Amino acid sequence: MMNYEKKATREAYGEALASLGEKYDFLVLDADLAAATKTGVFKKKFPERFFDCGIAEGNMMTVAAGIASTGKCVFASSFAMFAAGRAFEQVRNSIGYPHLAVKIGATHAGITVGEDGATHQCLEDIALMRTIPGMTIINPADAVEAKAAVEAAINFDGPVYLRFGRFATPIFNIGEDYKFEIGKGVEVVKGSDVTFVATGLMVAMAMEAAEMLEAEGISARVINIHTIKPIDRDIIIKAAKETGAIVTAEEHNIIGGLGSAVTEVVCEECPVPVVRVGVKDKFGKSGAVPALLEEYGLTPKDLCENAKKAIALKK
Amino acid sequence: MEQTRKNELSEIARNIRIGAIEGVYNAKSGHPGGSLSISDILAYLYFEEMNIDPKNPKWEDRDRFVLSKGHCAPALYAVLAEKGFFDKELLKTLRKADSFLQGHPDMKHTPGVDMTTGSLGLGISAACGMALSGKVAGKDYRVYTIVGDGESEEGQVWEASMFANHYKLDNLCVIIDWNGLQIDGAITEVMNPTPFDKKLEAFGYNVIIIDAHNFDEIEAAFAAAKATKGRPTAIIAKSTKGKGVSYMENNVSWHGAAPSAEQYEQAMSELKA
Repeated sequence: MMNYEKKATREAYGEALASLGEKYDFLVLDADLAAATKTGVFKKKFPERFFDCGIAEGNMMTVAAGIASTGKCVFASSFAMFAAGRAFEQVRNSIGYPHLAVKIGATHAGITVGEDGATHQCLEDIALMRTIPGMTIINPADAVEAKAAVEAAINFDGPVYLRFGRFATPIFNIGEDYKFEIGKGVEVVKGSDVTFVATGLMVAMAMEAAEMLEAEGISARVINIHTIKPIDRDIIIKAAKETGAIVTAEEHNIIGGLGSAVTEVVCEECPVPVVRVGVKDKFGKSGAVPALLEEYGLTPKDLCENAKKAIALKK
Repeated sequence: MEQTRKNELSEIARNIRIGAIEGVYNAKSGHPGGSLSISDILAYLYFEEMNIDPKNPKWEDRDRFVLSKGHCAPALYAVLAEKGFFDKELLKTLRKADSFLQGHPDMKHTPGVDMTTGSLGLGISAACGMALSGKVAGKDYRVYTIVGDGESEEGQVWEASMFANHYKLDNLCVIIDWNGLQIDGAITEVMNPTPFDKKLEAFGYNVIIIDAHNFDEIEAAFAAAKATKGRPTAIIAKSTKGKGVSYMENNVSWHGAAPSAEQYEQAMSELKA
């Protein structure tokens, strides 16, 4: 895993907006965070299509809804904490309920925000967005996927919540045959003893964990769930049937996010042990990212331990 | 305005009030007080001011209306039915499970409703988005929104006001329905949002104060709004909550309550008189 080039998905988001801006007609809104969310890259290239809303995220989301109601594609960006948290009710009532095609670009998700600490480390956004009927939630695993997700969102008729990170992560989707489809999970590593169902930056971690387990004679499958809603039930059920144990991995509270979504599918369709790796119902804190990932149990080593735990739970 | 036209608009406003009461009475719930306070302005907007086509509710160049104080949907539905967006008989289905007339406006299912509203403070922001989009696209449609006086206690109304003025949305006209009452009592006692004129002026609006029940003043205000360039207009419309039904007028208990059969009969006889 060490050999891949690294880039933060938020960087890819800004670059994607700027390059796709030539091909598609859309507007971009931000709430005084264009330099951080990277919508500033788009702003520089298309100043007449960029509108800063100031530090007023609730207004921004409903302005976006008004724009979308006129048939115009629009992105609304802020940190995940404010896009999904502060503006939850606006997203629910003015975007979700009328099912308007607003694309929410939420950056700085999870504890890998690092030094800014708990107030800015959103660990609840997937849970919040998942409860909104008709909301599509995409959490890309790397920069390539982030760009593909932005284009897919533009072409998708409905609201989309795009989750991006601040921390540079390995770009592993480098194959020429790479293609992105909303709602389709991807088996990135084959395996038969246990399955990692991962999302976002945890996918690369799971790939590394699978390598480590292989050295111990354990065959771990890795599935990249970039679309958390609607979730790919088939690929999860297949993994449950074929490997008999699942470990979910996400940079989010284990309550309400990917772990919950996968558990719901597995319990309803093919009950097997599911162990959830994520932030265990705690707030984040300030610190360097590697130290935080270690402290919160989000490393390949943690994934390996939890894989063994899941295997041991098999009947 | 010519007297004949004034009479016609009064007749339309009367029908809106009747339709609103009809809806609330049949639903056994809803918000009659604020519906009656905005009926004259709705009559003017839909029958004089706005460029719309009931046969083509989604026409992309149409003027738009957002009822930011979405709980007054009974009046909005009544004016839409009056204009021909749907059958007037449907007003009696308000708030019923098999009706497209939701308790609060739903743009997905009701012909003529331009924005889903009801959660206060949101509609004005959506109107800003529509106005901005029109500017970007080089279209000359206008956007109108009615905000409740109590609603202006929501901080988002002022976020939106900053936005509307920052982006010089002169195609936006915000109407504040100043009836003086909100659910818990007088606005000045619950959480005083006044003075409206100084606040709105400070935010940059072209501010006009009118009597919400006087068609000459309504006409002059909308004409002035249209002529104002470079900034949005805010019309502060001093209204009477419950206007047209004597026992509902200026009585806060009619903010969100349905009349009994007897009260319904009285309301109808007063409105039809």
